[in-house]
Amino acid sequence: MTNLSPRTRVWLGFGLGAVVLFAAAPALLTDFRLSLLAKYLCFAIVAVGIGLAWGRGGLLTLGQGVFFGLGGYAMAMHLKLADAGEGNMPDFMELYGQLDELPAWWAPFANPVFALAATVLLPMLVAFGLGSLVFRRRVRGAYFAILSQALAAAMVILLIGQQGTTGGTNGLTDIEGFFGYDLDDPVNQRMVYFIIAGVLLALLALTRQLMHSRYGELLVAVRDSENRVRFLGYNPANVKLVAYVVAAGMAGLAGALFVPAVGIISPALIGIVPSIEFVIGVAVGGRAALLGPVLGAVAVAWAKTALSERFPGTWTYLQGAMFVLVVAFLPGGLASLWGMVRRRRERQPDATVPADGDRVLVQEVAA
Amino acid sequence: MLRFHRRRLAAFSVALAAALAVSACGSKTGEGDDTGGVTADTSGDTVKVGLLNSLSGTMAISEVTVRDAIMLAVEEINAAGGVLGKKLAPVGEDGGSDWPTFAEKAEKLIKVDRVAAVFGCWTSASRKAVKPVFEENKALLFYPVQYEGLEQSPYIFYTGATTNQQIVPGLDYLKAQGKKSVYLVGSDYVFPRTANKIIKAYAEANGLKVLGEDYAPLGSTEFGTIVNKVKASKAEAVFNTLNGDSNVAFFKEYKSAGLTAAAMPVVSVSIAEEEVKSIGTQYLSGQLTAWNYYQTTTGAANDKFVKAYKAKFGADKPTSDPMEAAYVSVYLWKAMVEKAGSFDVEKVKGAADGVTFEAPEGLVTIDGATQHIHKTARIGKIGDDGLITEVWNSGSPVKPDPYLKGYPWASGLS
Repeated sequence: MTNLSPRTRVWLGFGLGAVVLFAAAPALLTDFRLSLLAKYLCFAIVAVGIGLAWGRGGLLTLGQGVFFGLGGYAMAMHLKLADAGEGNMPDFMELYGQLDELPAWWAPFANPVFALAATVLLPMLVAFGLGSLVFRRRVRGAYFAILSQALAAAMVILLIGQQGTTGGTNGLTDIEGFFGYDLDDPVNQRMVYFIIAGVLLALLALTRQLMHSRYGELLVAVRDSENRVRFLGYNPANVKLVAYVVAAGMAGLAGALFVPAVGIISPALIGIVPSIEFVIGVAVGGRAALLGPVLGAVAVAWAKTALSERFPGTWTYLQGAMFVLVVAFLPGGLASLWGMVRRRRERQPDATVPADGDRVLVQEVAA
Repeated sequence: MLRFHRRRLAAFSVALAAALAVSACGSKTGEGDDTGGVTADTSGDTVKVGLLNSLSGTMAISEVTVRDAIMLAVEEINAAGGVLGKKLAPVGEDGGSDWPTFAEKAEKLIKVDRVAAVFGCWTSASRKAVKPVFEENKALLFYPVQYEGLEQSPYIFYTGATTNQQIVPGLDYLKAQGKKSVYLVGSDYVFPRTANKIIKAYAEANGLKVLGEDYAPLGSTEFGTIVNKVKASKAEAVFNTLNGDSNVAFFKEYKSAGLTAAAMPVVSVSIAEEEVKSIGTQYLSGQLTAWNYYQTTTGAANDKFVKAYKAKFGADKPTSDPMEAAYVSVYLWKAMVEKAGSFDVEKVKGAADGVTFEAPEGLVTIDGATQHIHKTARIGKIGDDGLITEVWNSGSPVKPDPYLKGYPWASGLS
C-alpha cells in the first residue's frame, strides 16, 4: 500500500468506506444494530465538521449541540406537521399549548423545501452571526469555548421554557413518517441509514477538498500563527468564519438526519454535555486527520452502547477510564495508532515526511 | 483533479440512487400495515423481563430505588415458582437519565433480548421517548410513577397515580381545610407545567385564588426571589411540584424566611420518604404530601413488603410510593399473564380489565379501558422522624381518569 500514489490511496479509501457502509454493514448487522449505526454516523457527521474547525482551524467548538439542535428541530417540526396533516396542529401542542392556531414561526416549516433548506442554512446563519462578531473582535481560546457553551445552555433553557410550542423537556417525539415513508417499516429505516451513510461520504469528500485546497493551508496557518497570517495580508477572521460556518452546517445536517434515524430530538441532545461529548469523540479519534473524527465519534458512541449493555451499573467508570487512557497514551487519537505501529515496525523513529499531509498533522498534534 | 472530482461525484450519485432504489418498496405512511411486533422469546424454561431505569446521571438517585423494588418482586415471584411455571430472568439496562438513550435501550430489550415485558422509566420525558418504540413493536411497558395524565398508550400500563388520584385530592384537601388561595412553585419541565394548568382550571371552578406561579430550572438552588414572592403574596398554601435537589434549597429558604407549616403549609407531590431523608426533616416537619402509599400505610401486605425490602437492601432504606408502584406492577403483570394463560402481549392486554392485586397500598384493580389502576389517594404529614403519616384518605380506591373527563372544570384542558 505504501507504493501507491496518494491519489489512488484516497480513491481506495473512499471505495473501501463505501463497501463497508453500503454492503458489509447492512449484510452483517441486524435491523436494530443498523439503526444504531445510523445514529453513530450522525455523530460522525458532526465530528467531521469539528475536525475541520478544531483540528485544522484550532477553534474549540464546544457548542456544536446548538447547530445539531437547530437542524434537528427544523426537520422534526416539518415531520410533526406532516404527521398531523394539513391544517392540524402537532399532538403535543394540543396537549400543552392551549393555542388556537399554529404559531407563525412554525407555519413555514410545513413546506418541505423550506424545512430542508433550514436544517442547513439556519445553523450556518447563526454561526455566521456569532462568528463574525466573535472573530472580528479576536475572541479566541477559552473565551470562544465559554461563549459556545453559554449559547448551548441558553438554547436549552429557551426550548424548555416554551413547552407549548417546542415540546419542552420532552422534545419532539413520536415521529411517524419521513417525507411520506412510514418510519415503522424496517425497509424505510434502511433507506434512512443509506442516506446518512451517503451524506457522510459526500461530506468527507468535500472536507478533504477543503483541507487540501489553498484555503485549507491558510486555515492551518491561522491555527498555528494567526498574527503572521495577518501580516501576510489575509484576514484571519474570515478564514476562521468559513470553517466555523461549514462545521455548523454539517452539525445541522447531522441533526436533521438524526431525527428520522432515532425518532426524537430533545434538549437533552443539544445542551452543554452533549456538546462536550461531540468534542470528546473527535479528540479520541484524532482531531487533525480526516478520518480521525469519524472513527472517534463512531468508536465512542459504539463503546457507550456496548459497555452500558454489558455493565449497566458500572459502564460510566469504564468509559471514563477509556478517555483517560486515550488522552494519556495516544494524544493524537486513534488515527495516530496506524502511524505509530508502522513507525515501530520500520524502525524509523523520525518519519515526519510521509506522502500525505494528514499524518504530518497528527504527529504535530501528538508532539 | 477536476476529472477525478467528477468521477467521485458520479460514484456518490450511483450510491445514493442505489439506496433510493432499495427503499422504493418501503411502505408509505397511512398505508395501514400490520408489520412490526416482535414476539417475546418464551420457549425456554425462563422468561426474560426488561428493567429500564437510570443507573447513572441525575435521575439515578431516585430510579435505583425503583430498580431495587422491581428486583425484589422478581425474586419473590421466582421463589414462589415463577409465572406459568417459568422463572423470570431480569435483563437490566441503564437509561442514563437521557431520553434518547431510553428509546435505544427499550428497542434493545424488545428486539435483542425479546423480553416479555419492560418495567421502568421515571420522568415523563423518558416515557414520551420510549412510547413510540413500544407502540411500533407492540411490546408492553409498565410505568410506575405518578405523572401529569393526558396520555393513554395501548402498550403502556400506568401503575402510578394520574392527576385525579393525586393532584385533585390534594386540592380537595386544601379546600376542605378552608384554604382560599394558593401559590404554585415548580421545576421547569413538563410535569409541573401541566400539573399547574390543571390546578388553575380547578382553582377557577372552586373559588380558589392562584396568587402566583413560578418555575425554577431543573436542579436550580436559587430560591431567594421565589420565596420572597411567595411570602409577599400572603397565600394560604403553596402547591409544590419542584423536583429533586431544588427542594432542599427551597425548603431551607422557606424556613429562613419565617414561613411555617402551620401558617402556610406546602403540599408537595414529588417528595417521598427517600427525598425527605436527603432534604432534612428539620425543614420539612409538618409539611404535607399527596401520594397513594407511605411506608407507614397499615396492612399486612405492606408489613411484608417493608420487611422484605429492608431485609434485602438495609434497615435504613425507606420504601416510597414509586417503589411500591413498581413492585406492584410486576405482580399485576404476573396476574394478567396467568389470567390470559399466555405471555402473548395482545392476550395479556385483553386479560387486563378487572385484574386485582392485594398491594401494600391496599387493593388495586386494573381499569382495562385506560390501562391505569384504581388507587387510594392519601394526604400525609411529614413527621420529625422523617416518615410520613396519613392525615386523610379517599376511603376507597379512586377510578383513574387520565383525561379528567369526569370533571366539568377540566373540559378545556384536552
